[in-house]
Amino acid sequence: MSQEKPSLLSEASRAEIDQWLTKYPPAQKRSALLPALHIAQDANGGWLSPELIEAVANYLGLPPVQAYEVATFYSMYDLQPVGRHKVKVCTSISCMLRGADELLEHMEKHLKIKVGETTPDGRITLKKAECLAACGGAPAVMIDRDYHENITPEKANELLDSLK
Amino acid sequence: MSIELNKICFRTLQMDKPWTLATYEQADGYKALKHILQNKVPAQDIVEQLKLSSLRGRGGAGFPTGLKWSFISPSTPAPKYVVCNADEGEPGTFKDRDILRFNPHQLLEGIIIACYVVGATDAYIYIRGEFYEPIERVAKALEEARAAGYLGKNILGSGFDCQIHFHVGAGAYICGEETALLESLEGKQGKPRFKPPFPANFGLYGRPTTINNVETFASVPVILNNGGNWFLELGKPNNGGYKIFSVSGHVNKPGNYEIPLGTPFSQLLELAGGMRDGKKLKAVIPGGSSAPVIPGDMMMDMTMDYDCISKSGSMLGSGAVIVMDDSTCMVKVLLRNAEFYHEESCGQCTPCREGTGWLERVLHRIEHGHGTAKDLELLTDVAMKMSGRTICVLADSIALPVVSFMKYYRPEFEYHIEHKRCMVD
Repeated sequence: MSQEKPSLLSEASRAEIDQWLTKYPPAQKRSALLPALHIAQDANGGWLSPELIEAVANYLGLPPVQAYEVATFYSMYDLQPVGRHKVKVCTSISCMLRGADELLEHMEKHLKIKVGETTPDGRITLKKAECLAACGGAPAVMIDRDYHENITPEKANELLDSLK
Repeated sequence: MSIELNKICFRTLQMDKPWTLATYEQADGYKALKHILQNKVPAQDIVEQLKLSSLRGRGGAGFPTGLKWSFISPSTPAPKYVVCNADEGEPGTFKDRDILRFNPHQLLEGIIIACYVVGATDAYIYIRGEFYEPIERVAKALEEARAAGYLGKNILGSGFDCQIHFHVGAGAYICGEETALLESLEGKQGKPRFKPPFPANFGLYGRPTTINNVETFASVPVILNNGGNWFLELGKPNNGGYKIFSVSGHVNKPGNYEIPLGTPFSQLLELAGGMRDGKKLKAVIPGGSSAPVIPGDMMMDMTMDYDCISKSGSMLGSGAVIVMDDSTCMVKVLLRNAEFYHEESCGQCTPCREGTGWLERVLHRIEHGHGTAKDLELLTDVAMKMSGRTICVLADSIALPVVSFMKYYRPEFEYHIEHKRCMVD
């Protein structure tokens, strides 16, 4: 770790990563990489900057490339700034059969943004999700950490409007 | 004939707070584990009961669980691991999420027993990253189990040590493939490994590893409490026991139905409330989006078990039953699945990385009225060139469905090409 500048990882984040490290054999610190990137992202307004990814790698004693390749492989890591809330609409087969495409279109109109974009006030980033494993409650939407199922356009409006 | 639902993994669903240790213990929770530890039941006897039960892997491959558990024995040199695949993500499948949320202790008991059988002291539950609520339930259950002495050092005074840890994914369907999952658990990109060697020889950290799906582990305590033969007879030969079917799509009551293997599809459809708006059944994908499609009238004559579904040219897979009515455009359905597999291909094998993209683009132009007569041959040609030429089965998971859609619904694709619109509009 660099001596001159403090790590981009907060003390709380480092303590949390340390907790994860206890789960794996001492020689397998790399196993904590996925959880550590989640922790870093959550503490950074929902996204990972290249510097932050490198800080995670440094903290775990890994070459930065190992953290970059993981951060770019998995869909839950955002590599650009995002809104305060992430809204992900599942559009896989079961949700599609029960109106996910129409729901997504409705949400785009309601928020006046396209999928993949963030509202100008920085409130919401709207995304498509691949199967969330909630097909029994299709169409399903994930907002931050919570699942919402059987979402109609009316319910979508309520949910979106309640996000501050 | 009415079916008694939910006898195995969902047997505590109607009880108050079924996810708590107190409730689970009221329902004979940890009884199988106590019996094993107190009587020092030989690992071999447990494997024999599982073989007798005909329990098959519930994640999709249907591999016999007893046989898998016999590959590693207490005398295999340590370290060795047990891993639970809770990376549920096969489109149409939503059963493991409910086991994790509503019956986490039964899963833990199954995993501890697996550790005992193979002589592992550490197990990992790999849970998909989106499952925040299920993760919380599992974390709490682990705390309770540790406090009660079901986990840790010298469990129930038996001298057996076992620890279970949960691990989180970060959004990648491919990590449901067992060797990709192991890579991911090691902190790498989820790229499937060449096999052999199989995980039983070279698994987590290169050590012998037994890996099973959530539903498989959670079935084990109930099987051992009642005997392998009891389970077998709940289902039919070679297809023992109950299985959870996740029914989604155009039915009145989508949901999880835990029923005997061998139950007629027509009965499952009835349980799921029948067709929505009284429409006609057109097609069923019986085992998750990777499974070839089956026309509705054919499906109505079939039973829900591994052998019957596989005889029809499809597969039971994870038990995800996707039901479609006659308003469904089959071109759109196949396009959506192609988009999924293109997005989720890990990219390491050229036939899959490129082939899934080809399929998506060709289907996209057919769906949007720009297809040509040659496109149908092209689809089949690309599919055949993907199938069997890759490290894992992700390529087959879209290639084989393409072939099945061509077999049963070719006229719809031709109509799209000729009329530049959908037959069902």
